[in-house]
Amino acid sequence: MTERRTKTIKTDVLARVEGEGAMRVRIESGRVTEVQLKIYEPPRFFEAFLRGRDFTEALDITSRICGICPIAYQMSAVTAMESLCGVEVGGQLRALRRLLYCGEWIESHALHVFMLHAPDFLGFESAVAMARDHPTIVTDALALKKAGNEVMRVVGGREVHPINLRVGGVHRAPRKAELATLVEGLERAREIALGAVRLTASFDFPDYDQELELVALAQPGEYPIDRGRIISSTGLDIAPAEYESEFVEQHVPWSHALHSQRAGGGSYLVGPLARFATSFATLTPLAREVAVDVGLRTPERNPFRSIVVRSVELVHAVDEALELIAAYEEPDAPAIEVAPRAGIGHGATEAPRGLLYHRYEIDADGTILAANIVPPTSQNQVAIEADLRGVVERSLDLPDEQLSRLCEQTIRNYDPCISCATHFLKLEIERC
Amino acid sequence: MIEDRGEPIELIEACEGAQAAWLVDAVCSGARPGTLHRFDVGERALPSGLFRVSTHRFGLADALELARALGRLPPRVTVYGIEGSRFAPGEPLSPAVAAAAERLAGALSTELAAAFAAVR
Repeated sequence: MTERRTKTIKTDVLARVEGEGAMRVRIESGRVTEVQLKIYEPPRFFEAFLRGRDFTEALDITSRICGICPIAYQMSAVTAMESLCGVEVGGQLRALRRLLYCGEWIESHALHVFMLHAPDFLGFESAVAMARDHPTIVTDALALKKAGNEVMRVVGGREVHPINLRVGGVHRAPRKAELATLVEGLERAREIALGAVRLTASFDFPDYDQELELVALAQPGEYPIDRGRIISSTGLDIAPAEYESEFVEQHVPWSHALHSQRAGGGSYLVGPLARFATSFATLTPLAREVAVDVGLRTPERNPFRSIVVRSVELVHAVDEALELIAAYEEPDAPAIEVAPRAGIGHGATEAPRGLLYHRYEIDADGTILAANIVPPTSQNQVAIEADLRGVVERSLDLPDEQLSRLCEQTIRNYDPCISCATHFLKLEIERC
Repeated sequence: MIEDRGEPIELIEACEGAQAAWLVDAVCSGARPGTLHRFDVGERALPSGLFRVSTHRFGLADALELARALGRLPPRVTVYGIEGSRFAPGEPLSPAVAAAAERLAGALSTELAAAFAAVR
């Protein structure tokens, strides 16, 4: 084509992502010249809000940042405080917290795989439209989500904004009999999750691989969820305390979120693809088996196949939840007492969407002086924009409407939680 | 009577088999705080965007339409929305909203009593 052709694809309000977001892609004469993922969620002020609060309050305050992954925020917060104060929560208390985290993974992944992302692959505008032709997909999603929510309710005390975690452990350890009530729902969930892997593996995937650095936690013998060192596909291996020397955040003019980059340059991504790549061997045997069965590669480099990887993680989370419940013995005490220490604490855990890093500075009384929170979606912004550029470049001959939908599907590969990714310090206007 | 635990999507299960449902929720539409909105959802979908004060849940409108698509929506569903005023963490209920909630509770008691009487 010799004539100059410029088109701009804009979606002003992205559907089927958590929070509010928009994207802009500019194509000039067959080249992608601009890609922006715009986050215009009202800026959040949590980091400022935390100053002056007690170190035991950070978990409940930060968990309000995200309604879909409150446990992730609570766990990263308590881990940071416990590590600063020289306490490691192990044994059955750790098992309970890991079980709770599995519950969150289950309900978050179930919502995303079935209700937010599957419609893209099946050619539907929304889950509601999909429900008319595929009611079983929706009822399966609801059953899976319910199994996760029940874990959150029994172990966390409440499904939404669970209240049972505290620095040093939990407020109340459930009885063995209470956990036993979860088993039937989880066993059904396991069957549904296995079905989800096979269903999603049968979707059509655009042919697109990316080569970004994959970053996740790692812990010998365990799939990364609640603790570990931070490693990557290109050999990074650091303690959480070194996070800020390896990863930097920058403001970009078109978005309220901060863009995360490797120190010294370089893009990376976090989340299921990263965990799957670096810790495949620690998935439960059932999860590993079904992953191999459906032909997932290790590492899987096609971000569109995230939906399959997320489904494998669903199998793992349900499997592990059942194992933790079977092995549970009521602990002697629900928590270890933690005395505050002046200093800086770092906590990194794996939210459903990826690595979530918290850093707190507290004084000798336990008062929070400063906080820094880096959510997974902030870290994935650069990867999302890189994928948009790459996908669009290969699909320029598609009609605009289809191209626009492909762009949205590309963004949803990351299950972005836009509400987490904005945490401005300066707040001028408050909107409801 | 069920107090929603923050998961509109669970309404789908809660509504199943019911002949009628009444739902009350907060709304953010720019109207005066305390304004009462009323919608009959049996025939028509809720206007989307009105009940999205939480961005993290599959919203109320979507949950009801999902229920409808699955054939689980009761024949009669009435949604009341109270225009909210304060949404920041830790803020108490505003006087306008508290007053509107009182008024609605009264009106609902009457409406529910009439509905139950009609069934007998």
